[in-house]
Amino acid sequence: MNKSSERGDLLLDVKGLKIQGFSDEKWHDIIKGIDLKLHRGEIMGLIGESGAGKSTLGLAAMGYTQPGCRITEGNILFDGADLAGLSDVQKKKFWGNRMTYVAQSAAASFNPAHRLILQTTASTIRSGAKSKDQAYSDAMDLYKELNLPDPQNIGDRYPHQVSGGQLQRVMTAMAMSPRPDLIVFDEPTTALDVTTQVEVLSAMRKIVEKFNTAAIYITHDLAVVAQMADYIKVLRYGKEVEEAPTRKMLSSPKEEYTKSLWSVRSLEKQEQQKGESVLSLKSIDAAYGSAKVLFDVNIEVAKGTTVAVVGESGSGKSTTARVITGLLPQSSGIISFDGEELPKALKDRTKEQKRRIQMIYQMADTAMNPRQTVGEIIGRPLQFYLDMNGAEKRKRTLELLEMIELNGDFMQRLPSELSGGQKQRICIARALAANPDFIICDEVTSALDQIVQEGILKLLLRLQKDLGLTYLFITHDISTVKAISDQVVVMNQGSVVEQGQKTDVFQPPHPAYTELLLSSVPEMDPDWLTNLNAARQVD
Amino acid sequence: MHPVLSTVLQRLGLGLATLLAVSVIIFISIELLPGDFGQIVLGQAATKETVAAFRLELGLDKPPYIRYFDWVAGVVRGDLGQSFSGRAASGQDRSREVAELIGPRLKNTLFLAGITALISVPLALILGISTALYRNSIYDRSINATTLTTISFPEFFVAYILILFLSSLNQWLPSLANVDAATPLDERLLRIALPVLTLTLVIIAHMMRMTRAAIINLLASPYIQMAQLSGASRTEVIIKHALPNAWAPIATVIAFNLAYLVVGVVVVEVVFVYPGIGQLMVDAVTTRDIPVVQGCALIFAVTYILLNLSADIIGIITNPRLLHPK
Repeated sequence: MNKSSERGDLLLDVKGLKIQGFSDEKWHDIIKGIDLKLHRGEIMGLIGESGAGKSTLGLAAMGYTQPGCRITEGNILFDGADLAGLSDVQKKKFWGNRMTYVAQSAAASFNPAHRLILQTTASTIRSGAKSKDQAYSDAMDLYKELNLPDPQNIGDRYPHQVSGGQLQRVMTAMAMSPRPDLIVFDEPTTALDVTTQVEVLSAMRKIVEKFNTAAIYITHDLAVVAQMADYIKVLRYGKEVEEAPTRKMLSSPKEEYTKSLWSVRSLEKQEQQKGESVLSLKSIDAAYGSAKVLFDVNIEVAKGTTVAVVGESGSGKSTTARVITGLLPQSSGIISFDGEELPKALKDRTKEQKRRIQMIYQMADTAMNPRQTVGEIIGRPLQFYLDMNGAEKRKRTLELLEMIELNGDFMQRLPSELSGGQKQRICIARALAANPDFIICDEVTSALDQIVQEGILKLLLRLQKDLGLTYLFITHDISTVKAISDQVVVMNQGSVVEQGQKTDVFQPPHPAYTELLLSSVPEMDPDWLTNLNAARQVD
Repeated sequence: MHPVLSTVLQRLGLGLATLLAVSVIIFISIELLPGDFGQIVLGQAATKETVAAFRLELGLDKPPYIRYFDWVAGVVRGDLGQSFSGRAASGQDRSREVAELIGPRLKNTLFLAGITALISVPLALILGISTALYRNSIYDRSINATTLTTISFPEFFVAYILILFLSSLNQWLPSLANVDAATPLDERLLRIALPVLTLTLVIIAHMMRMTRAAIINLLASPYIQMAQLSGASRTEVIIKHALPNAWAPIATVIAFNLAYLVVGVVVVEVVFVYPGIGQLMVDAVTTRDIPVVQGCALIFAVTYILLNLSADIIGIITNPRLLHPK
């Protein structure tokens, strides 16, 4: 994919761009002077953590700023025209015509009220580039090109009638319909399962190559950008860290920050052997109303170890957690904890049984009462489970804050005054407050940036060592599994596909689904997708 | 069966159940009215025996639940009963059918409500959409301020101000709206011009502001940003992308205001001497004419239920998730 030897004409030239955003009654700098050059037919990957300004920059490349933001300095030269100086009406001649946009959440970015083909072709027809019939038949060709099922008729559906992965490909077709010079992809596969992501990535890359369209590809996932981009630009705090051709960037990143991004993925826990079992699920079936969601699930968790439950959305991994905690009583099967059988429903369990099993959630934001201070949030289980009050409670809260590497200053803060990583740490402290033996972690790192993820995972590992905790760790992310687990349970459509020691599960041969799942996880090798597609073709 | 049809049938059943519950409430609240019909009609001087005989004649001596079931059975047959007034101690019965009393009044009310709706609903939608389109402009602010002002004054005040300017100081429009069955349509329309104007001023703000808010609320959706980034103009974004998703809340507010036009306009009727159903009910309450009060209350309940049902149906058919299930 490296075309650096024969670069096309300069298409986009962003010079010294500065953008401010308005919040808390003040203007803040979001983009602090960035240059970006893109030649025809090239793909530029923008990478960085949340708040790095990568989406703002990507949109600014189209001359668009979010409401509440403004361009204060710099030029955005697109094929000679300075978008920074144009009015909205003038810019709309470019949008949906010469430059198009693919958003992160296809489900939210399609208008629920209109059929897909209408939305796919709207801008092409509006600009007069094609008649309605031409645009429709071209859209069907594009659907076919993107491997959508039933390309002749899928356009007659409404957005809610197709899957997320299909919707993301329809959005790519929509972006391609007017044959733009530039497409901005804004985290287009972040919300997708890995096996779906592979299909969408392949389809997007194929079509961009076919029409030799220039693109800006925004993502926080290095392995994904490695498959898509010719050049990678790393952003942090609204500034450029470094830019280089993809292969060079992957093999020899110059800056410390870039190296730290690269190293996160190498975290791997030393595997522990299975010992005495503390929690066992035997033949668990569960259902939401009449819809059965778990089928004969058997899981053993050994004391002091971590069992990672891995699977895609709809695999039943979160339901398993709900059954263990008693939130969703199983329809049949037995759960035993430390030798005794647990009652099915939460209301039938004793306080002691509840205390020993705690849970940490994916969205730390919504798992805390926004009106309570950190001290109240952590103090509540101390009071409820351990009857602590006054000075004793305060002392213990401080100890817990230290355990999660925060200090007493946080006692009086509200959740809204914390960063994402700090919020998740408070949730961990709240779980620890009950002195549990067993903690269920439900996707606790999925909403966090990679470097913050690493911090949380290291914290969980240290706590496990110090306190002898047992974890059931639910995740869809394979590198997280490698980082934290001793045993692995692979789930698909409500059933356990495979389980065992981590090294055994990751060692071939695999059952078909594990194979599909593992092979779909993008790797840092720029040829990974090409090789994978070649290999799958042969099969 | 199409899911929309089954939902509508389900809502219709629910509406009937609500109506039954409302009928019980109406009956009980009328039972709780202070005073005795017989005593009020016959006067303080009437002896106990006369009052008792009168109660016997009207069936008021029967236990309440029997009277309730008699009433409901009648309503189901389409018989709202006999009015109490027109009877006297003399024993002569000059009372009339409740349906006969309510019928022409209801027609008048529906006529006034219909004309008002015909003007105010489209006007509210146009104003709501245009203020959303040019939000925070001077146009938007002045429309918002004006409609807020008109809704903030009591309706009788608006009515008298209109009479003062359009009828007293300049004799443009009649200040009395006393129509009867013989009034020709053009004359009728002229006479209700002021009540229509008053009611329009009273209800337009609510509908217009809801339309504006429902549209603006959607403007923060990712698909609106997507529409902008695909080059759609401001008008196209509002009309094609926001409005189709905003009908459900708008329809609810419109239904609410139309119901008000039927059940809540007694003050306007009194000011303009318009023979509507509101005045009939108030009169019936003062004279303890129980069958008429019950009949009016039931009609009001039906109005509310039907209009809300229509709003629900609009909400369903404008939601593609319900109209086109997976």
